Amino acid sequence: MNWTLALPEIVLAVSGLLILLGGVIPKKETFFPVSMAVIGALVLTAALVLGQGEGSAFLGQYVSDGFSRFAKVLILLGAALGLVLALDFNEKAGLARFEYAVLVLFATVGMMVMVSANDLMSLYLGLELLSLSLYVVAAFDRDNPRSAEAGLKYFVLGALASGLLLYGSSLVYGFAGTTNFDRLADALSGGQAGAGVVVGLVFVLAGLAFKVSAVPFHMWTPDVYEGAPTPVTAFFATAPKVAAIALLMHVLIVPFGEMSAQWGQVIWVTSAGSMILGAFAAIGQRNIKRLMAYSSIGHVGYALMGLAVVNDTGYRGVLVYMAIYVVMNLGTFAVLVAMRRQGRALEGIDDLAGLGRTDPAMALWMAVFMFSMAGIPPLAGFFGKLYVFLAAVQAGYWTLAIIGILTSVVASYYYLRIVKVMYFDAPAGAFDARPASLTVVMAGTGLLTLLFFLFPAALIGAAQVAVASLAG
Amino acid sequence: MTVAAFYLFAAVLVASAVMVVTSRNPVHSVLFLILAFFNAAALFLIAGAEFLAMILVIVYVGAVAVLFLFVVMMLDVDFAKLREGFQRYAPIGGVVGAILFLELVLVFGTWTFATDAAGLRLNPTPEGVDNTRALGRILYTDHVFLFQLAGLILLVAMIGAIVLTLRGKPTSKRQDVARQIARAGSVNLRQPPLGAGLGQIGIERPPVEPPPEAKPKQVEHAGHGGGHH
Repeated sequence: MNWTLALPEIVLAVSGLLILLGGVIPKKETFFPVSMAVIGALVLTAALVLGQGEGSAFLGQYVSDGFSRFAKVLILLGAALGLVLALDFNEKAGLARFEYAVLVLFATVGMMVMVSANDLMSLYLGLELLSLSLYVVAAFDRDNPRSAEAGLKYFVLGALASGLLLYGSSLVYGFAGTTNFDRLADALSGGQAGAGVVVGLVFVLAGLAFKVSAVPFHMWTPDVYEGAPTPVTAFFATAPKVAAIALLMHVLIVPFGEMSAQWGQVIWVTSAGSMILGAFAAIGQRNIKRLMAYSSIGHVGYALMGLAVVNDTGYRGVLVYMAIYVVMNLGTFAVLVAMRRQGRALEGIDDLAGLGRTDPAMALWMAVFMFSMAGIPPLAGFFGKLYVFLAAVQAGYWTLAIIGILTSVVASYYYLRIVKVMYFDAPAGAFDARPASLTVVMAGTGLLTLLFFLFPAALIGAAQVAVASLAG
Repeated sequence: MTVAAFYLFAAVLVASAVMVVTSRNPVHSVLFLILAFFNAAALFLIAGAEFLAMILVIVYVGAVAVLFLFVVMMLDVDFAKLREGFQRYAPIGGVVGAILFLELVLVFGTWTFATDAAGLRLNPTPEGVDNTRALGRILYTDHVFLFQLAGLILLVAMIGAIVLTLRGKPTSKRQDVARQIARAGSVNLRQPPLGAGLGQIGIERPPVEPPPEAKPKQVEHAGHGGGHH
């Protein structure tokens, strides 16, 4: 049985139950202590993940390797910092209920199960645990119609995606005779996959593309990102994205590795579509959360480019890209969460006007994140794009690489426009003083983004190890 | 022997199923439904599926049928009115039913199992183990990871439902014992004489404090009324 292999998940789930109990019993609201306890549990789990052994457990339903460890550390980082962003915002917005932190914790358990899944059944259950928590936190500001709408839209479309995924899984099981990834890989080896398995794989891909919000399953993203409370959007844009991309890679490479000729084309089209839509649809946006939604669609497109290349260099590029994406996205959302004037949260791009004069430090960090997202050379975002483009060019995917370069030129227009609004427009008034937690997140992620070029080897080496364990 | 038992249970099952649909009193319908469940459970037993038989009795008779009974008794459904269009719609319903039946016959008439289907089963029926034990082994031993995950999902669903709907009601009436006792002059202990009724003693009113001029009278009443909870 070897259940001790899954110790990080077990510890996190059990501490979630204990924290839930500790949050319910006191009469008064326990948002702050519960959030602190959840962050503590996430850090403890990250330590356990770093020391986790390799192998599979629970009759092959659970697998732990370098790849899953890499993704889990990134997920835990995103979840913990996402919760830090919510600490102050939720108090001020009247959302300071301890269930928020507990739901984030259970969503994290779901994500960890997803990246460790080695069976279509554990894949589905992990995905559902994540999705169900996300539906609830999207609607967490329940008296605000926009938040309720975001939760409902996400729920209905997410249920549709789950249906597609289950339908595809049932076809794969029916035609291949097993749900276990290793046995699927055996059954499909030698290129004798039938049409049924291919159709099933396409449905599974559609369900997962929905979760990473890749074109053509992106339509929920702008509405949900705009309607959900800002810290929730920050959480959506980071940890679940990493988990879904990692899951997509694992599913495509391990059980369906032999069918890369089939899924490679699908990922190619999805990647190109996401890059183009992310670049052009964001141009007209006035709401910065909507803009970030389209930006995240575009970033998923760049990440998928590495997967479309179908070789280890490309996979390594995806992991590096996602790690950098999480860091710079958390920083950007720290700035968005801090946008508050006279107690009212703001979401317009125009509200940033003159930030360079009213709050130079925050404007500087925001400029760093925007330049990084646009892919301006010494910053981290440039390296993320460099590695996927390089992989695409080396493997001869010239069309995809050229689409990527052109769309990043278009995308830099709207990233740089934010910088222009901050530094050259007439000030719209100072923001409220921001809490120390946001300053810490901003400065920490900002320094990582700024100084990544000094020590790229650490991250790239870790990604290399992770990919080696996946393909080997 | 088994054959005789099968025909007995099957005949009672079909008869009670017919009665569910035709009986005029809805409570009788539900009772016939329970009879049908019991007979179906007996059929499962004959087929060797004792776990399904128990589940049918426990879940369907124990919970679902009782729920039906509650619904039938609590909602005032006019069943005569529901049956009003029966004559008019009977031909169309009959045609649809006949088509479905024909399709079922076609499906079962041409049904063939793939030759290696038995070998491809994820969890083939084990030899020498009764099926309750076999199901328990799959659910709680082999797939315990998935089982616990499903439990977590249900927990999250519950937390979500509570978070999104529960509101502390500020208007609800609750007893605040500490405040009640701390209020001066509202508690008065007396030793009434034996055998004396309210007629002799008279109803004791709370001491009337001279109300402040600005305060409306209702507030005064409400304040004292609270003491009698």
